[in-house]
Amino acid sequence: MSDTETRSDGRSPQVTDVAQYGLAAFLLAVGVVVVVDARSLDRGFADQPVQPYALPYVVGAALLVLGVLLAVATWRGDTPEAEGGEDVDLTQGSDWATVAKLVAVFAVVIATIDWLGWAIVGAFLFAASARVLGSRTLLLNVAIGAALSLLTWYGFYVGLGIPIPAGVLDGVL
Amino acid sequence: MDLLLEGFATALTPENLLYAVIGVLLGTAVGVLPGIGPAMTVALLLPVTYNVSPTSGLILFAGIYYGGMYGGSTTSILLNTPGESSSVVTALEGNKMAKAGRAAQALATAAIGSFVAGTIGTILLVALAPNIADVVVKLGAPSYFAIMVLSLFTVTAVLGSSKLRGLISLALGLAIGLVGTSTGQQRLTFGSPQLADGIDVVVVAVAIFAIGEALWVAAHLRRRPLDIIPVGRPWMSRDDWGRSWKPWLRGTAYGFPFGALPAGGAEVPTFLSYITERRLTKKPEEFGKGAIEGVAGPEAANNASAAGTLVPLLAIGLPTTATAAVILVAMQNYGLQPGPQFMDAEPKLVWGLLASLFVANTLLLVLNLPLAPVWAKLLQIRRPYLYAGILFFASLGAYSVNFQAFDLGLLLCLGLLGLAMRRFGLPVLPLIIGVILGPRLEEQLTTALAISQGDLSTLWSEPVAVVVYVVMALMIVGLVVTGFRRRNKGVTDRIDDNYQEVSM
Repeated sequence: MSDTETRSDGRSPQVTDVAQYGLAAFLLAVGVVVVVDARSLDRGFADQPVQPYALPYVVGAALLVLGVLLAVATWRGDTPEAEGGEDVDLTQGSDWATVAKLVAVFAVVIATIDWLGWAIVGAFLFAASARVLGSRTLLLNVAIGAALSLLTWYGFYVGLGIPIPAGVLDGVL
Repeated sequence: MDLLLEGFATALTPENLLYAVIGVLLGTAVGVLPGIGPAMTVALLLPVTYNVSPTSGLILFAGIYYGGMYGGSTTSILLNTPGESSSVVTALEGNKMAKAGRAAQALATAAIGSFVAGTIGTILLVALAPNIADVVVKLGAPSYFAIMVLSLFTVTAVLGSSKLRGLISLALGLAIGLVGTSTGQQRLTFGSPQLADGIDVVVVAVAIFAIGEALWVAAHLRRRPLDIIPVGRPWMSRDDWGRSWKPWLRGTAYGFPFGALPAGGAEVPTFLSYITERRLTKKPEEFGKGAIEGVAGPEAANNASAAGTLVPLLAIGLPTTATAAVILVAMQNYGLQPGPQFMDAEPKLVWGLLASLFVANTLLLVLNLPLAPVWAKLLQIRRPYLYAGILFFASLGAYSVNFQAFDLGLLLCLGLLGLAMRRFGLPVLPLIIGVILGPRLEEQLTTALAISQGDLSTLWSEPVAVVVYVVMALMIVGLVVTGFRRRNKGVTDRIDDNYQEVSM
């Protein structure tokens, strides 16, 4: 999904949405994976009318066909209608840098949650995402994040009886 | 009737009443807030309710559903940007009214209209659902299979402006649904033990709705502040009442049947209601400048359709909107299987739920008329905090399913898929329905063919199945014919645009 000069709001038929070929390729790739995986499945019980590989073949084939159709449609000038919303401003270009930063924040969360536990990682997730999204008040971000993650941790633990692993803070909380 | 009274006894216990209040407040709040909607909220709350009794949990979710339908109207009236696809039409006249200084009347007609429609819709639901369940209970696997195929087909191909994109979304959903173990063999698990039980629908729903939406907004965050019209307490003059009550009833008449059909959705009935009111009004000159009929009708239609949606959900176990789909997941998590036997097997729960819908509706009216200025303030929440909060709660929701970092990784991957879907205009609903119905479709097909010992003709051996296939064939013919007639821009295009977004 690269950032191309053709924006999603371009409606004129001459414009080709190059990124959409990427989506078509993705569909073909998923289709191939599904079909290859289906080939590795054995027959279940002999008298079983719907074998485990039946539906995967259908879905995989459908993905392959749809991938080709989408590529053809893209080539013929089909452009998607990107989704609007209250806070979505489609008149400006897409800001993929912000998205990349959020993904990075998320990657840190995934890498550290087992070790640090929800209370710390959750606070980091909130504070860092708010920062990436444009909130400059770092201290306030961290304070809100810490309050939220501690409240949810205790709320789950005490209120709902769901013990979220505490990680490195085990014994402290 | 006795059953319903018993239901009220269940719904009016202090505990359940509390859940209903929380539900409608939360639902209205998320309906008002940009970026989140009832489907996402219910998805986020799924793990939270593991320790709550099924009745209370479902009462909470029903309150969120009704509240969300209501809250969407506040946003469309006070901002010109509707939060839910079902309130797109409300924005047409509602925002004009607000700009003309009649925000209070617009909010009032929306609130009272929602109450009227919701109450009538719930009465129809109470009257219809048990009878439909009695009919459905006699159906065999072939008919079920046919109805599910019809539902997938309508959600995918009839709604939405691009059939190709609907089908792509559906195929991706079915592929996600394949992951897991079938007849002792692992499908698409890539040897991962975490995937052997399949991908939790909670994770899929939270990722596609919450993470996908937050990332998509992050890429396009509006840098200039929105124009919010301040509002006092909603009220209506005698004249406004006179102009509103007929549109309320007509809107209800459109909304309920559409909600109850397997295609579902609130978009078509709200739009039909709008054009009807525009045609019938005595003051056509006001349309386009803030006619109260244009708010009253569609708002009633949208709430009536929410009630209608519960008919196929309770009687057949078939979800037709995103929120209904997530509520179905909640029921399955409780080990409940909605469908024809559901009403007989769990009368206390079902009737408690139905009674709670009346309660929720009344609560919405009583709470929301005075609270309107508070809801309007919610719109001013700082966006970085709002979306950081959505990411926070989405992660918590996914993590609390199994406490595995793996689920968070899955959440991120599927969230990126959700982002891509918004970028490429792929509708979200077919994917979610595909994930949920895919495995059930396979199951019904297996059951049907096992009984007939592999004879395919069993699939059209039941009259209901035949009727369903005929309806589908007619729809395909209709689609092809309108496909040729297309290109004449105008009304049809607009309504198609509105389908694009899924009511979240």
